[in-house]
Amino acid sequence: MIKINNLSKKYKGAEMFSVSSLDLEVEEGEIFGLLGPNGAGKTTLISMLSSLIQPTSGDFTIDSLDFKNNKRKLQQHIGIVPQEYALYPDLTAFENLMYFGSMYNLKGESFKNDIKKQLEILGLANFSNKKIKTFSGGMKRRVNLIASILHKPKVLFLDEPTVGVDVQSKNVIIAHLQALNKQGTTIIYTSHHLNEAETFCTRVAIIDKGIIVAKGTPEALIKNQPEANTLEDVFLALTGNALRDYA
Amino acid sequence: MHKLWASTVKEFKLLSRDIGGMAILFLMPLALLVVITIIQDSSFKAVNSIKIPILLVDYDGGNVAQTIIEGLSSSETFQVIKGPSEAKAKEQVFSGDYQLAIVIPSKLSEDLAEKVNDNVEGILSAFGLEEEGEDSLPKEKKEIKAKEVRLYFDPATQGSFKNQVKNGIDKMISKIETQTIYKSFQEQIGDEETPLFETESFISFKEIVPIENEKEIIPNSAQHNVPAWALFAIFFIIVPLSINMVKEKHQGTFVRLRTQPVNYATILGGKTLVYLAVCLIQFALMLLVGIFIFPLIGLPILDVSGRLTLLFIVALFAGLAAIGLGLLIGTIAKTQEQAAPFGATFVVILAALGGVWVPVFIMPKFMQLVSQVSPMNWGLSAFYDVFLRNASIKAIVPEISLLFLFFLLTTLIAIIYNEKKQAV
Repeated sequence: MIKINNLSKKYKGAEMFSVSSLDLEVEEGEIFGLLGPNGAGKTTLISMLSSLIQPTSGDFTIDSLDFKNNKRKLQQHIGIVPQEYALYPDLTAFENLMYFGSMYNLKGESFKNDIKKQLEILGLANFSNKKIKTFSGGMKRRVNLIASILHKPKVLFLDEPTVGVDVQSKNVIIAHLQALNKQGTTIIYTSHHLNEAETFCTRVAIIDKGIIVAKGTPEALIKNQPEANTLEDVFLALTGNALRDYA
Repeated sequence: MHKLWASTVKEFKLLSRDIGGMAILFLMPLALLVVITIIQDSSFKAVNSIKIPILLVDYDGGNVAQTIIEGLSSSETFQVIKGPSEAKAKEQVFSGDYQLAIVIPSKLSEDLAEKVNDNVEGILSAFGLEEEGEDSLPKEKKEIKAKEVRLYFDPATQGSFKNQVKNGIDKMISKIETQTIYKSFQEQIGDEETPLFETESFISFKEIVPIENEKEIIPNSAQHNVPAWALFAIFFIIVPLSINMVKEKHQGTFVRLRTQPVNYATILGGKTLVYLAVCLIQFALMLLVGIFIFPLIGLPILDVSGRLTLLFIVALFAGLAAIGLGLLIGTIAKTQEQAAPFGATFVVILAALGGVWVPVFIMPKFMQLVSQVSPMNWGLSAFYDVFLRNASIKAIVPEISLLFLFFLLTTLIAIIYNEKKQAV
């Protein structure tokens, strides 16, 4: 589904590459986790794959299409759940979803019904006419997710979709993502929650300093790393214990 | 089209839910218009109805001083107060107690009469018209020094007022000199009962104003003020519009839109339609205030008869130009702290260049050239064409075309800048 070939990104004025000569293939129907410490290049990679920023070199295809020649078509096929809420605080949940859905040319009664259905699944049916600014963090995260899946994308990119939410909201979000995956959506997901990634992802790649240091199923990575019992053990063994503060 | 409509609906909802913002958008321009018109109208009245006290120090005591005092006193502008001495008057004016002091030098009347008599005698003698029996021996001529009437102005007095006073006094003195010359001729060659000369001005001036339906068209202060300040208010749409765009960047919604199959022009299109409607409503409210509120508060009524369509056409294109600039600033600015002060200051600069405060024709040559590229100048010119010159649509085509081109250009730059910015 996704083929990344020698992809690199160096921001203007930066000394180091944020993503360096990265090769990766993600199969259709996978839930693929991109794991790494702060500043490892996860968000940069997702931003390139979702056309938010342009690579410095290299290329990639999604569903055999590249962004250079098929930007609009690809944007119809992918969904992005950004790290920030990316919603209008003064619009209601329903109005936000109507607006962002309209940008995919979605309209009519079936579209409205779909919004209602999604809100119901994610436990927000009673809040559909409330303004986003009155929502809790967990509620905003759930609306943020719905806004990215209304057009039923083939590939869904999620950048820290459960950060800062309570356990209940996290469980609902993960369950919904698993349901989407079962319906055929390929999911690329970044997170710092390694326990969550261990159970949720079919395959993961650990990235550090812009390069992939390990990839495989969570079970295989644990098995191949001496004295590792969890994905977190693998992660620390490969990326070290040093703090990754950067400004 | 569906995406444009959705964007427009979204913008409308966002704007309509910001009650404070809406109030500012609609009420502040009206407040601005009313306050400015009252000030300008009342200051115009003040000059004509309130007398400005001035000090006059008379060292002459003759008929010239008396004529100057009478002339100043009979004018509707000044209240003449006799000053004790030049030094005291100077002190009082320079400390701001009075705006003006006039010091009439000693022997002004006497010396003027003597100087004129000498001149007249000289002329008559050249024509062989000396009085009979007069001593044929030439008189020994006394040197008469030129006199100066001294003016002291408060340093805070504005240049325009100074010029007005100087011109007035200059005119008065010229008239006194002329009348003295006439009088001297009369004394030398005529008798006192039969006047030889008519001393009234022969040349006068009359202002010819446009006439429509046998009625003179004289624009009132409302017609002068409303176009300028309405335009100023329309351009202030730049501030809320650019803030709205910066807010979207901070909320992350712009990032989401960039990942969606919608082009930037469509997003800007939605904003343009809503904010253009705001501009036109603002303008309509300002006209309504001019028509219905101005007469209630003692201001002249705004006459829009037969001009309404053209006025709204100008407002529409001026609104587009303002929105184009707002879209550009909103695209480039990264924070509200950048967008708001820059937008507001830029509008003031455009207004100054456009001739809202000072007419373009009295600006320095270079500024006149710069003014030619100010969209507010084009808008003001079009408004004046419609409001004051009774122009047709044909006459305003050049101005509204420039305003539309400005909108296209600024929007295009905003779109290109946005594309470039994405290529980080």
